[in-house]
Amino acid sequence: MTIETIRSSPLPAANGQAPVPLTETTTLTLAKAINAGLRRAMLDDPKVVLLGEDIGALGGVFRVTSDLLAEFGPNRVVDTPLAESAIIGTAVGLAYRGYRPVCEIQFDGFIFPGFDQIVSQVARFHYRTQGALRMPITIRVPFGGGIGAAEHHSESPEAYFTHTSGLRVVAVSNPQDAYSLIRQAIASDDPVLFFEPKRRYHVAGPVSPQLGESFERARVVAAGTDVTLLTYGALVSTATDAALAAADDGISVEVIDLRSLSPIDYATVEASIRKTGRLVVTHEASRSGGLGGEIIAEVTERCFDYLEAAPVRVTGFDIPYPTAKLEGHHLPDLDRMLDGVDRVLGRRR
Amino acid sequence: MNTVHTGGTPDVLLQLLSPAGVRLADADLDPWVAEMTGNDLAALYRDMVVVRRIDAEATALQRQGELGLWPPLLGQEAAQIGSGRALRADDFVFSSYRENAVAWCRGVAPTDILRVWRGTAQSGWDPLVHRMATPSIIIGAQTLHATGWAMGARFDGADSVAVAYFGDGATSEGDVNEALVFAASFQAPVVFFCQNNHWAISEPVGLQARAGIAGRAPGFGIPSLRIDGNDILAVMAATRLALNRARTGGGPTFIEAVTYRMGPHTTADDPTRYRPAAELEEWAKKDPILRLGRLLDSLGLLTPELEAETQAVADATAAELRAGCIGLPDPEPLTVLANVYATPHTGIDRQRAEYAAYLASFEPTGGKDS
Repeated sequence: MTIETIRSSPLPAANGQAPVPLTETTTLTLAKAINAGLRRAMLDDPKVVLLGEDIGALGGVFRVTSDLLAEFGPNRVVDTPLAESAIIGTAVGLAYRGYRPVCEIQFDGFIFPGFDQIVSQVARFHYRTQGALRMPITIRVPFGGGIGAAEHHSESPEAYFTHTSGLRVVAVSNPQDAYSLIRQAIASDDPVLFFEPKRRYHVAGPVSPQLGESFERARVVAAGTDVTLLTYGALVSTATDAALAAADDGISVEVIDLRSLSPIDYATVEASIRKTGRLVVTHEASRSGGLGGEIIAEVTERCFDYLEAAPVRVTGFDIPYPTAKLEGHHLPDLDRMLDGVDRVLGRRR
Repeated sequence: MNTVHTGGTPDVLLQLLSPAGVRLADADLDPWVAEMTGNDLAALYRDMVVVRRIDAEATALQRQGELGLWPPLLGQEAAQIGSGRALRADDFVFSSYRENAVAWCRGVAPTDILRVWRGTAQSGWDPLVHRMATPSIIIGAQTLHATGWAMGARFDGADSVAVAYFGDGATSEGDVNEALVFAASFQAPVVFFCQNNHWAISEPVGLQARAGIAGRAPGFGIPSLRIDGNDILAVMAATRLALNRARTGGGPTFIEAVTYRMGPHTTADDPTRYRPAAELEEWAKKDPILRLGRLLDSLGLLTPELEAETQAVADATAAELRAGCIGLPDPEPLTVLANVYATPHTGIDRQRAEYAAYLASFEPTGGKDS
């Protein structure tokens, strides 16, 4: 198919399900909220283009880009051949031309063929060119497990990217943040890795059309005084449930949703720890070299004197992502989080 | 068009100028250089002599410790000048690190070409000013950038063209193959300009490609040309042909310019460990500058005046290069933490503040023990 035929072919008829512009608070699933955010960004800026596999007629394997092809056409919703390095690499070339590409990586485990273009090119161009060239590229990545999938479909590769300077890394946990933060990510003049919790895609919640506060700010989901439970992405919901369960035992848990993984909002984290003196960090990703260790090291440097006990990590094991029937052992769940809370309180060893 | 191969292996080596400097006819390429005047030929000759002089001076600067490293282009002057001079100002070059003559064509100051190799900057120039991207050190990565830029040109309805420069070694990289797929699928206006210089550091081209490199492109649906890369007229004609195809909606073209890296991979390399001396001697006979000089001589254009003027430009450029290189200031210490992000980033901002305070802590004694 040539560009000529792509351009001259009639747009597919809209199927009547295209979201109306979000003008007031509406209940949307997390996937629909990202869809609405993408649509808003594309309406606001003609330089926003989407690139990815199956994002056009299908609307993406998770339907996050549903109906956008019909509305914006194939020059702005670009179904690409199956090559992740090229999805990222051509986005670099588009950014050279002033575009704001939004790349969809179909699954977390498929990002690695594009890894070189992300860490060697996207992350470095602004630094390399002493600020002459910006890379306003958003790379959307459905991440995390809990969906009973085959290998390479349940991974949490965020630490590779938080370790890479030049990238911003965001993980969303709820429909409102999904809408607001995808818009902020696209508007950012820096490249953003945007991690979407795939097992929460179909959970609905209220979404207002507001951009909200900066995506760099962590959010205190539930206030508490005994233990700080720090997490992001899909586990925010689990951590909130854990806090409710702990409350039944008379333990007051403060749950923080980091939202931004690079940079991390240490002001909010530190304020919480000065109050609680106890920290549990939980993530699906493996423990060694993971974000939990980094956060605990930073917290220890910043507010060691406020810590009442050694911080605790509740994470995935240091294993390749396991098969579906075993993933329940690997993924931190409510009980393992409560176990971590008990340990940081010295109630269990 | 007989010489643009749409299938099979294009094993014909297109030439317009024999090694002896004899003008050869080619029905497909001739129209693209038909209007060239004696002055045009003299200008190409001057370009090639000057960039060879830049190359020699930079090599000397490296030997004298003024540059950390230098990747010579010796032998590839025709491939780079012939293609670089075919471009329009609004086209955009995405190159590897050896295309210093292309940078010269794009108006980059010679001293700026050296910044990267002296270690004072990671990009010697502003890519948007010269419409030449920061050269890619990762082999082949830039071909995807060129393709993306060209896709954008099509989206914008512009008739500008992206040119991706890379070598024979790069053709083994996944990125180059992905770029060919994307360029073909989206009919992107991009020219893939492969300088087959026969060596990827110590690896001969036969290790990268058992069959001809130009023969691969038709398999992607991209027509290709295999040209004598030491023949500046063939290079210019083929590049113009490919650019015109791209500008007029014809999509990508692949050019294999068969040339030879007469020097080392970089100044840190020692080709005598892997390359037969006889091979170099054979290629020295096909030298691109000698070849155009012979044509000019046969036309009565290689006058003492042209020789003297060319020499003067080369001398002046070399002197400017040497003075400019030695005069390049070291970057300020805190620029090590500058421009990591385009917008404020609390993590980097904190590290910058900490390092600034650390540096400032030495100031009363100027960093020395009192």
